[in-house]
Amino acid sequence: MMLADNIGFAQRLGSICSQLMSGVGASLLIFFLTLLFSLPLGLLVAFGRMSKFKPLSLLVKLYISVVRGTPLMLQLLVVFFGPFFLFGIRSTPEYRFYAVIIGFSLNYAAYFAEIYRSGIQAVPVGQHEACEILGYTPAQKFFKVVFPQMVKNILPSVTNEVITLVKDTSLAFAIAYTEMFTVAKQVAAKESTIMPLFVAGVFYYVFNFVVAFAMERLEKKMNFFR
Amino acid sequence: MKLLEIKNLRKRFDELEVLKDISLDVEEGQVVSVLGPSGSGKSTLLRCMSMLEKADGGTMTYCGKTAMSEKDGKSVFADKKTLKEIKSYYSLVFQNFNLFPHYTVLKNICDAPIHVMKRDKDEVIKEGRALLEKMGLSDKADYYPYQLSGGQQQRVAIARALNMKPRMLFFDEPTSALDPELTAEILKVLKELAAEKMTMMIVTHEIAFARSISDHVIFMDGGVIVEQGSPADVIDSPSNERTKAFLKKLEQ
Repeated sequence: MMLADNIGFAQRLGSICSQLMSGVGASLLIFFLTLLFSLPLGLLVAFGRMSKFKPLSLLVKLYISVVRGTPLMLQLLVVFFGPFFLFGIRSTPEYRFYAVIIGFSLNYAAYFAEIYRSGIQAVPVGQHEACEILGYTPAQKFFKVVFPQMVKNILPSVTNEVITLVKDTSLAFAIAYTEMFTVAKQVAAKESTIMPLFVAGVFYYVFNFVVAFAMERLEKKMNFFR
Repeated sequence: MKLLEIKNLRKRFDELEVLKDISLDVEEGQVVSVLGPSGSGKSTLLRCMSMLEKADGGTMTYCGKTAMSEKDGKSVFADKKTLKEIKSYYSLVFQNFNLFPHYTVLKNICDAPIHVMKRDKDEVIKEGRALLEKMGLSDKADYYPYQLSGGQQQRVAIARALNMKPRMLFFDEPTSALDPELTAEILKVLKELAAEKMTMMIVTHEIAFARSISDHVIFMDGGVIVEQGSPADVIDSPSNERTKAFLKKLEQ
């Protein structure tokens, strides 16, 4: 009897896991594509924010302020439904996925931009002056001197953001994009069991455990200088 | 030959007039020390001369080339190409070294000659190692700045400046961040450079050192050069009251 119970449990768990797997790929895709686009985009946004050209820096400041001041879920809805309500453009089925990536990337770029800015401004003035005296061009100064020191400065904050991103991927359900959490909720409702949600929780936890581990390794790697 | 000619240099930060009508010359091979109380404008003078700060007026001429002149009460700088050329004539050693923390000692002193001056890499590295040896740091080439003492870091900074092959070197209080023992290390290096006839302008608080190393001493106070001349004149028998008061304070 006990054995049969255990086998039944294992089978159900196995079936839940295999159903969730269909959504895991989508979650991972959102995660990696968001990082791929928002990490570099954030640098451009940070440059805009620090620009001496006032209209640009004010515009970028407004963008950051709106993105940080409103819920990501709302932003996803705006990106998805906006083209239709604003311009009457009928969206294609693929657009659902694009909207997720666009929404996430624009959102995370704003956060990364502010992190970059803090990291850049934390590089001592003396470093800039040394570059000036040695005759580095502004590009050389940025890539050779400022950027590596910025990266070291910002790693702990970036880790925070990346961990949040892992969990935020579940927000894609807001525009009915099927990622892992959406599947978990469907399975939970269909089979009236809470187990899929626990499994989803374990998935996020393990994912973030790996993220934290990887970022810690990276931080240690940057410890070659102080 | 005059390597540096400064005439009527002026600089203000908002309401504060930091430099009022500074004129001075530096001859090739000369060691010039700049003394004076804090806030007298010594560092600002050096920063204007090395163009980290924009002076408001006056003229600055390096090796016969004019970097800055004045027109209608406003400073006018030379074109980019000329400025780039002029900037290669001098280098500056900072009070707090400003080495690149993520570069090894060797890379700190070789990166700019290779990537800014576009000189041959092997040759630069060879000369860089020779400079390190001269600074007594040949075993530190692969160290990072944080692994070195303040005195060692400052010697690396001097090597970095020298590897740019400047015609003159500016020092902005090079020993102020160091304790007396490490200060002695740096002063020894500066003496060696002076013996090799390196043209140097040194802002310092080390009066005894300034007396022994300098050909010319400038005493500044309140943004003006109060007194200048040989160390014997300015330090041993100053004629100006402010110089006397400053030197007397230091003796106590």
